[in-house]
Amino acid sequence: MAKVPVQFRLNGSDRAAFADPADNLLTVLRRGLNDFGPKYGCGQGTCGTCSVLIDGELRLACLTLAASCEGASIETVSGMADGPSLHPLQNAFMEHFAAQCGFCTPGMLTAAKALLDRNPNPGREDVIDAIAGNICRCTGYEPIIQAILAAARTLPAQRRS
Amino acid sequence: MARFRGRGMASVNYPIGMNLGGDPSQALIHSNPDGKFTVALSAIDLGQGMKQVTRQVAAETLGVPVEDVYVDTADSDTGPHDMGSFASRGTHRMGNAVIAAAREARGVLLEAAAEELEVNAADLVTDGKGNIHVKGAPSRAITVRATAQAAQFKQGKTIAGRGIFLIPLSSVDPETGEMNPNTAFAHACLVADVEVDDETGEVAVLGMSSAYELGRVINPKMVEQQLVGGAWMGISHALYETPEPYYPNPDHGPRDFNEYLMPGPGDIAPYSITILERPAPDGPFGGKGPGEMCANPVLPAIANAVYNAIGVRVNDLPITPEKILRGLRANGGVKPQPRRGGAL
Ligand code: FES
Ligand code: FES
Repeated sequence: MAKVPVQFRLNGSDRAAFADPADNLLTVLRRGLNDFGPKYGCGQGTCGTCSVLIDGELRLACLTLAASCEGASIETVSGMADGPSLHPLQNAFMEHFAAQCGFCTPGMLTAAKALLDRNPNPGREDVIDAIAGNICRCTGYEPIIQAILAAARTLPAQRRS
Repeated sequence: MARFRGRGMASVNYPIGMNLGGDPSQALIHSNPDGKFTVALSAIDLGQGMKQVTRQVAAETLGVPVEDVYVDTADSDTGPHDMGSFASRGTHRMGNAVIAAAREARGVLLEAAAEELEVNAADLVTDGKGNIHVKGAPSRAITVRATAQAAQFKQGKTIAGRGIFLIPLSSVDPETGEMNPNTAFAHACLVADVEVDDETGEVAVLGMSSAYELGRVINPKMVEQQLVGGAWMGISHALYETPEPYYPNPDHGPRDFNEYLMPGPGDIAPYSITILERPAPDGPFGGKGPGEMCANPVLPAIANAVYNAIGVRVNDLPITPEKILRGLRANGGVKPQPRRGGAL
C-alpha cells in the first residue's frame, strides 16, 4: 500500500514521516522518528508502556493509527525533561526508587503527567486510578504511587491552587 | 455469604547462589587516564540493583568516590565469564569477585602513587575523595587522577585488577550422603492476613509483615525496593498468575495480558518490613542479598492464611476462586481454624 505523509508536533517540534496507512503511532514514533521513549510491550492495549499524550489526552500509541494524528500535538516521555532539568515526576521517581527494570516507566510517567495536568491535587485513589492501565512487573506499585503523590506536592503552588 | 479472616505464616532459609561447578563469577577493573575506573562484568542487571551494589563495593575497596566508578555489563561476549544473574547470587558472588579485582587494582594504584611521591606504597592511604596521601601526612599527597596519568603516560603501567570468586564444588560424601552446597544463607519470616469470601471464592490480602535477615545491607533503599516489589510478585503468584491453570493439562492457558491475570495498583496490600543484619563471614562486606526470597515466603503464608480462615487446604497455586469453592464444597462448608497472635 502506498505510504502517506503524516505531520504532527512531537514534543514541541514539527515532525513529518511517511507511514503505511495501517501503521500505528508507536511504530511511526519508534521506527520513523527515532523516539524510543514509548516502549512496545504488548501491542494490543493491555500494558500501558506505549502511553503518550495526544493533544493533552492520554492515549495508547499502539492502538492509535498514525494517520489519525495529522496536525496533532504529541507529547512523549522523551520531551518531559526541560533540557537538563528533569520534570518533578522524574525526580520523584528517582527519589522514591519507583523504577527497577524501567520498562513500565515511560508509560507510568506519562499516565502520571496526564493526571497531574488535570488534577494537581490527587489523592491516593486518584493515583491508583490513573495508573490502573499500566502493568509493572518489578516495583509492586507502591513506590510509584508514593512518587506520584510526592511529585504533586512539589508542583508550583499556583498550579495546585 | 460471609467473609472470613485468617492469618498465615511462613519462614524461609534461603541459600545464596548454587553449587553448580562452584558457581564462579569474574570481574575485571581498570582505570582510565582521568582516574576513573571501569568494572567489567558479564552478569546482567535487570533492575535488581546489581550494578549499583557492585559499584559501591568497587569504590569502597579501591578507596575512590562512588561517582568515579562505572560498571559495564554491556556484553557477555567480551566481558569476563560469569554464571549469570539468578539464584540470588549477584551481591554475594559478583560482589566478592569485584572486591578481589579492586584489591589488585588498588595495589597497583598505590605503587604508581608511591613512585610519584618517592615513598613506600605500604605507607599510603586513600581518603575516598580522589586523593592518595602518606599515612599521617595529608600534605604529601597526589590525586588518583594524577596517578592514573603518570601510570599511563610516564610509568607505562596498567592500573588494573582481576577478580574471581569460586566456592569449591561440594560433592556428595558416598558414605554419609552429606554435602555442603552453600556457604551463606539468608532468612525471613512473613505473616499474611487475608479475607476469604465464601460466596465468590475470592481472597483479598489485608496486610503483611515480615522480618528479613540479609547479611550486611549494602544499599538500604534498594533492599527495601526489592522486598516491596518481590512481595507483590509473591501475592501475584499466590492468587493470580499462572501460564497453565489446569496443569499438567495445557488447555485454557493465557495467550496475552487480557487472559493472564496480574494484580494492578489497586490490589496491593499494606506491608511492613523489618531488616535484620547478620553479616555473612564470606560475603562482600558481609552482604548476602535479598533476591528471590523477597517473593518466596509470601506464597505459603497466604496458603496458610486461607486454610486458617476457612479450613480449605489448597495445594497447588494459584489459589483461585474456583479452587476455594471446590474446597468448600468438598469440606461441607467453612471451617475456620484456631488462631493465635491476637485479632486481625
Ligand atoms: S504496547 Fe501499547 S498498551 Fe502495551
Ligand atoms: S520497573 Fe520493571 S516493569 Fe515497572
